[in-house]
Formats: sequence, C-alpha cells, structure tokens
Amino acid sequence: MTLQTTSHTFLGMPPFPEAARAALANTQQRRNLAHATATIRGKRALVVGEVERWEELRVAGADAKDEALHHLPHYLEQLEENLTARGATVHWARDAEEANRIVVDLVRATGSDEVVKVKSMATQEIELNEALEAAGISAWETDLAELIVQLGHDRPSHILVPAIHRNRAEIREIFLREMGTVGRAAPEDLTSEPARLAEAARLHLREKFLRARVAVSGANFAIADTGTLVVVESEGNGRMCLTLPQTLISVVGVEKVLPTFADLGTMMQLLPRSSTGERMNPYTSMWTGVHEGDGPQDVHVVLLDNGRSAVLEDELGRQALRCIRCSACLNVCPVYERTGGHAYGSVYPGPIGAVLNPQLRGTSSPIDKSLPYASSLCGACFEACPVRIDIPALLVDLRTKVVDEASGRSPEAASMRATAWMFGDHRRLEAAQRASTLAGRLLGGRSLRSIPGLGAWTQARDVPNPPRETFRQWWARTHGDDEEAGS
Amino acid sequence: MSAREEILSRLRTATADIITQPGARGEVPVIGVASPGPEQTLELFAENVADYRASVTRCRPDEVGQAVAAALVRARAHVLLVPDGVDATWVEPLRDSGIRVVRDEGLTADQLDGIDAVVTASRVGIATTGTIVLDHADDQGRRALTLVPDQHVCVIRADQVVHDVPDAVAMLDPVRALTWISGPSATSDIELDRVEGVHGPRTLDVVIVS
Repeated sequence: MTLQTTSHTFLGMPPFPEAARAALANTQQRRNLAHATATIRGKRALVVGEVERWEELRVAGADAKDEALHHLPHYLEQLEENLTARGATVHWARDAEEANRIVVDLVRATGSDEVVKVKSMATQEIELNEALEAAGISAWETDLAELIVQLGHDRPSHILVPAIHRNRAEIREIFLREMGTVGRAAPEDLTSEPARLAEAARLHLREKFLRARVAVSGANFAIADTGTLVVVESEGNGRMCLTLPQTLISVVGVEKVLPTFADLGTMMQLLPRSSTGERMNPYTSMWTGVHEGDGPQDVHVVLLDNGRSAVLEDELGRQALRCIRCSACLNVCPVYERTGGHAYGSVYPGPIGAVLNPQLRGTSSPIDKSLPYASSLCGACFEACPVRIDIPALLVDLRTKVVDEASGRSPEAASMRATAWMFGDHRRLEAAQRASTLAGRLLGGRSLRSIPGLGAWTQARDVPNPPRETFRQWWARTHGDDEEAGS
Repeated sequence: MSAREEILSRLRTATADIITQPGARGEVPVIGVASPGPEQTLELFAENVADYRASVTRCRPDEVGQAVAAALVRARAHVLLVPDGVDATWVEPLRDSGIRVVRDEGLTADQLDGIDAVVTASRVGIATTGTIVLDHADDQGRRALTLVPDQHVCVIRADQVVHDVPDAVAMLDPVRALTWISGPSATSDIELDRVEGVHGPRTLDVVIVS
C-alpha cells in the first residue's frame, strides 16, 4: 500500500481541535463563512428541489463512479488508448514528485517560463505551483478566488470558493498591494464593489491569457470510451486556458474516469446544482485530444495515483473516490461552517476532507489522526452528497482504525483490555465487584470527582458511586441455594 | 517497472475483490424530464436563458438579420466577427450600418481582443438548464472566436432545442470540441455576490428562430 507523502505545507499541522480553536477566534472569518455557506445552501436547496428525479440521479451518479472505480485498470487503459488515438500524449505519475517532474519537463521543453492555470484540486494537492516556481517557471492562477489566494500569499479554505474567508475590503487591499508586482496593476481608484474587483481581475489576467503559450489544468471528468476531458467552470478563465495556448497539460487523478460519454447526462445534472446551486454552470469545455486548427495542438494528460490506489484497496473506504469535488458537504456541515477550511490541514477541507486526508496520507500524523473526529456525525453531508458517499460511516470506520493503531498506548485501550480480561472469567468479575462495593462502602455519601488518567473526561462529569452490593451478591444472599446450579 | 505498469498493478491488487465484469451495471440510465410539447420546451428554454441575464429575442427566419443588428447596436459594437459557415442573410442588414464585418483569417488572440462581437449558430439548446452547446462546426468557428470578443450573438433554431440534459448529451459528437454556455461568464467568488462578466463575453444575446 503506497500512501501519499504529507507535503511540507501541512507537515507538523496541529490536530484539528487545536487548529479549530484558532479559527474559531477569528470572528471576521466566522461571519464570512456563515454568510457564504448559508447563501449557497439556500441556492442549492432551491435548484435541487426543481429536479423530481434527484434521488434516481444520485443513485445513477454513484453507480457510474463505482463502475469506473471497480474496473479502474480497464477504464484507464481505454482512456489512454482513446486519448493517444486523438493525438494526446498520456503520462503516468505514481506520486506528487513524479507528476511535478513530468509537468516541469514538459513546460521546459516548450521554452516558456510561465504557465496560466485553471483552478484544479489535483495540482493543489501535488503543490505544482511550488515545484514550477523552484524550476524558475511562474504559475499564474486565473480563477478569481485562486488569484485572491495567490496574491494574498494565502491558502484556499473551500473547494469551490477558495477565498471564502476573505471579504471585499480585504480583497481590494490585496489587489491594490499585489497586482502591480506581478503584472498589470489594479486601478488606483479601485473600490470594494465586487463588479469593480472582478473588472480589475479581468484586465490583470487578460494580458497573461493573450501571451500564454502553456496552460495547466485539471479535469472534472475523463471519459474512457471517447478520450474526452471535461472542465466545468464559471468565469471563462478555464476556456481561456484551454483554448488560447499552444500547449495544454492536464493533471488528472485516476479516479476522475467515467466509463462512457452518456454518463455526462447524469453528471452534468448533479454537479452544477450541488456545487454552485445553479441549474447549469456558465461554461463547460470538452475536448478530445487535439482538435486540428482549434485550440492547443500539443496536448498532454498526466494520470495521477498519489495515494488513490491505497484508498481503493479498502472495500468500504473506496467510495470516497466517487467524490466529484462539488463541495456540497462543506456547505451543510455545522463543523466546517464554524471552523473554516484551514483547520483541516489539507487542500481537501470539510467532511470529505476529514475522510480523504487520513485515507490518502494514513493516520500517523496528529492532524490525520484527529480528522475523523472533526464531525458530530449528524449525517447532513451524506444527504447532500450527489454521489451518495456515506461520509459518517467512513468517519466511524476511520475512528476505529485510529483507535486500533493506538492500541496499548491510550488509557481507553488499556482499560478496554483490562475489562476484557475481567469479563473473561466469572471469578475475576466477582473479585472486581467485591473490590468496587468495598470502595462504595468507603465513599459513603461522598461523590467521585476524578479518576486518574481520565482527567479530561471527568472534568465535566461525576462518576456514579459503586453500589454497596452488586446484583450477583444480592442474588447469592437471597437465593443462595440456586447459585451453583445457575453458574 | 514503469510508472504505468506500477500504477495499473497497484489498482489491480486494490480491486482484486471485485468479481463483476466491466459493464456489468448495464445500459446507462437516462434520467431526465420528457418534453411536455415543443412550444412548452421552447418557452422554458427562453425563460431559463433569460434568467441568466442573457437577452433573448424570438423571431422568424427572415428576421434574424434585424435581431442580430439590434443586439449589436444595443451593445454599441463596431466590429463584428463572422465565422465562414454563418448564413449570409444574418449579416446582410449590416451592410450600411457602419458596423464592420471581419472574417477569421487565422486571427491571433491579440487581434481577436480588438473585436467587439461575434455572431454564430449553435448545435443544441437545453430547456431545463437554459444551456446552449456549440460544437464549433463552420457556422460557429473555432473556440477562440466565441471567447475573446466581449459580445456573443448566438442564433439557435427552435428545432435544435431539446428538453433535458440527457437528450442533448445523446445528440452530441464527442469527437468534436464542445462548449456548453449558460448565460454570460460569472463569478461568485467575492462574498458569494454574483458578478456577471469576468473573462468570457460579458454580453450574451440569444436569438431563437421559429
């Protein structure tokens, strides 16, 4: 089993409760988040309510992804064959380092020292921008929110709207301060009006689009039976990147495969309504290898494992790979709404992040050990998930793994072991009960306030006093003669 | 072992417990709403396109030229790009309007940036979502033409409008480049406030011909 290596950015992240405490103290962020998640929840509910056969669509979406995941080698080979037949070059990357090396080499071969980028979770996961920078190649994020994050030297906090933690006044300041350092400066009279901020981004990025020779993208779907890649977006920055440059490099997680083009009939209904709460997102681009005389003529696809094969091994856990990164689970999560995305210590925040991160990276670090507990198990995420990922069940399963791995070391594990030994023989149980009734008699009317080793638990709870006589003792006293026959 | 071989072998090991064959789920289910009738489908389409703040005009085949000209005047366009396959009658009324018509003679991105508007046909329209799909045939031109100019006037015939998403997917040829357009470009990245018009055409005019 080959897991993902935790990147330097998130190495040494404190466990979730600690990171969350800091996030909760940021009232500005909490206000921004509460407003944003409530707005998007309302929009989603409205457009999902319009679709009578929504539950059937969810089942079909889950089935399509399961079909692909259960036969992933088959569909990947088919995808590769179709892409190659249509003029694209397919590369395979075992991990982040290999994927970054492939992309850096491809960009270098073009002679360009910059790339324009479409928002992509996969390239964030492998920290491609950092790798390109180290190789002397500038990577320009072109999604408005990603631009805000990049110019603010910040990290994304939401899958769909990564700058959700910033308000308009902060964005204006970032634009005024930073745009001029990397290209066309923001106009001096810039206000915090969203339309004016978007206009500033349009002008700043347009010069980059027009001169770009290389683009890097991800893909929302990769269709095995045709070799078609699909990018779903809103602003048109995706179309710019996918159309204008000569070279296009797409980094695609192996789990993005869909068996057939017809599956888009399901997915293109599920994704936009779940994600932005629209009937359809403004722009979707589909391309199949190289289109002669139209768009990039040098087309590359990097198929990325980076821990996904390890997730696929787990019979229950593999359903997390159905995720189409819509972020509906974030918006309905009471924990995410209060803590925001940064506390999750990964590019995948919220309920799906609490599952995916420990699956992809293992449960050895403090943050990954704590993530399965970053939930009240209320189940809202499962209800909202368009591909029916049973996130609460996966969280419980991961909690079991975290506890198992800690076996023998935690007070909980030690006491469970002692309990098992005690219950294993009725003589031991009787001896223990005699000891506890003795304690009960000694305590008299006083209550038990704390137990060594369980300090945190007993801080807010009193332990019930042991009885002066147990049921077994009472039975032996009043039905003494039957005891031997009963045992 | 090559990365390809190693990944495929990892994935084979990971799915060793699966006993079904690929394709065992059967035909892809078609889940959508059936059209209640051609006129209702068309009305829903017009309503949903307009809901995205695109402007919608309905006209007869011999009125397309006037509708296109009116849209260009509204947006104060001076230079119009016309892909080669576009019906000549659609731009006929522009001859003495002062609006300059240009053809795509391998225009660069910079040249396209100097053009105000583009007029195209389309492949299919989807009523339930208010979506127009381009497949970039000759009457729509290569992808950059409908992307860089700031106004897109898109003409669609009534018989090209289907009711729901699966109907459209069934009609499309995946070998072609496809662009699905639902309203003008938009962003909600700043405090979830919707702003129309970021990078794509900020003005979308849809002319429905029946």
